[in-house]
Amino acid sequence: MTETTAAVRPDARPVGSDVPRDESVLQVRDLDVHYGRGRRRRQVLHGVSLTVGPGETLGLIGETGSGKSTFGRAVLGLAPASSGRIVVSGEEVTAYGRRQWRTLRRRGVLQSVFQDPLRSLDPDLTVADSLVEPLVLQGVPRAEALTRARSDLARVRLEDDLLDRLPGEISGGQRQRVAVARALVTDPSAIILDEPVSALDAANRVQVLRILQELRSAGVALVFISHDLGSVAGIADRIAVLYQGRLVEEGPARTVVTSPQHVYTRLLVRSAPTLRGGAADRAERAELRALLGA
Amino acid sequence: MTASSKSLYAVAARPGPALAGPGGRPGRPAGSAEGIVSSLSSRAATPPLLAVRDVRIRHAPTGRELVRGVSFDLAPGRVVGIVGESGSGKTLTCRAALGILPRHLELSGGSIVLAGEDVTTFDEDRWTRERGSTLAAVFQDPASYLNPSLPVGSQVAEVLRVKTGLRRREARSRTLELFASVHLRDPDVVYGQYPFELSGGMLQRVLIAAAVSAGPRILVADEATTALDVTVQAEILDLLADLREGSGLSLVVVSHDLAVVAQLCDEVLVMRHGEVVEQGQTDRVLHRPEHEYTRLLLAEHDQFGLDRVLEGRAS
Repeated sequence: MTETTAAVRPDARPVGSDVPRDESVLQVRDLDVHYGRGRRRRQVLHGVSLTVGPGETLGLIGETGSGKSTFGRAVLGLAPASSGRIVVSGEEVTAYGRRQWRTLRRRGVLQSVFQDPLRSLDPDLTVADSLVEPLVLQGVPRAEALTRARSDLARVRLEDDLLDRLPGEISGGQRQRVAVARALVTDPSAIILDEPVSALDAANRVQVLRILQELRSAGVALVFISHDLGSVAGIADRIAVLYQGRLVEEGPARTVVTSPQHVYTRLLVRSAPTLRGGAADRAERAELRALLGA
Repeated sequence: MTASSKSLYAVAARPGPALAGPGGRPGRPAGSAEGIVSSLSSRAATPPLLAVRDVRIRHAPTGRELVRGVSFDLAPGRVVGIVGESGSGKTLTCRAALGILPRHLELSGGSIVLAGEDVTTFDEDRWTRERGSTLAAVFQDPASYLNPSLPVGSQVAEVLRVKTGLRRREARSRTLELFASVHLRDPDVVYGQYPFELSGGMLQRVLIAAAVSAGPRILVADEATTALDVTVQAEILDLLADLREGSGLSLVVVSHDLAVVAQLCDEVLVMRHGEVVEQGQTDRVLHRPEHEYTRLLLAEHDQFGLDRVLEGRAS
């Protein structure tokens, strides 16, 4: 079992001297996140530490309320860290204000794709406008931006004739692929994907998963956040499991799946539907549930 | 979906004969299902409880056929799975078998024989008697089938009182038994809780308890685990397997996920755009799929999922 230290040190905010300046595209140390104020304040992440290396695919698994989406939001500057530190491509961003985040986002080092592509695409912008926007903001001439947008559209296997359409005029699967293309245009070192295939039908799920696998081969680091171990296991290099706001297990995908250590991870692996059927695991699941007190 | 079909009563109970006793399966109304089944039983070793034959469903105003030719037999204690995505016709097929087709939709061909009787002869009273006592159903989003302003226990007890004629106190103790049988911890506590106080998995257990309260022989589970976390999904699937083994319940399990269906079904139908593209023993469909679409559904697990890692094919 990976024990995580949940020691809360509200006064501790070192200046970054002990952060190893290695090649990690994302480094998170002892991250605490609280939501709410006063009596309603509750902690959703307890001392979570995770590192994503260049070109690495990390699967982050957890159930509803585990804090997995909060983790994604925190590293994107969308949820405030109450303690701990976040380093994006060597840049300590933990204490960044709104303006600094905007500058960082504009550089497009870290991108995101959410379950609902309408969250990452402006409904009033054509596909072309959505795709060139991040580049135009960086000062790239529109013509050049459009050329790059076309090539990223091809990477997600969409045709050029989609460029003039609005998000509402294309299918859900196409929208999600446009969202992936938009995440690619700034040539990011990492993409945070929060349940990227959960809302898609089978054909589109397979297609998006294939595209993610190609991105992985092309060296784009991915953080694949999902409630479903089964959809991530075959793609991730490493898997991290969040349970009730704590990181309970982390390791190479194969190791986590074939010899899970934490009780929750064991239950998760035994619960994921596989094509081999699960009747044989039923007794084991009952045992694990009892151990977990669930 | 019509308003009237979306209530606990639609799937679990309507006023009917008082036959169930506490802790026991209800008897059968004289001259109904069981008698007819046994009179047919000389013809086949296990006559199907539910025989769906070349069922077609039409949108009456436009004449468009939304389901074109679905057939399967559900034998006692067996499990049939229907896999398909939204618009495939899997839910409409089930709704036809439950007598709750949405307005403007009608059976335009084929037949559905429930415990030996053609359901096209059923009037609403007859359906009311059969639902709950012969067949019942649970769907996705259990909360929408419960009244948010009443404790869940009293809602299930009410079903029992109406459907099986139990008195108030008996209905309460039977409800507590049912809650325990669907592995709800602290049935006494759950009994007095409101829907919003329960998790999705607990609500689905309450719905399953209500569905099986009048001792049906068939339970239709239509995307009943779809909105749940994977570990909770497994709990519900395990519960369905327990019910099948414990009380010989026959199941129709409907899901968009082939792997979910693979967990407990003997036979699988794969539907797409209103048609059955593949049908057969689960093992055969999973390991020797014949249709391209089935292969696509398998590819997801095979190429990207847990199966790939478990079989040591991950890179």
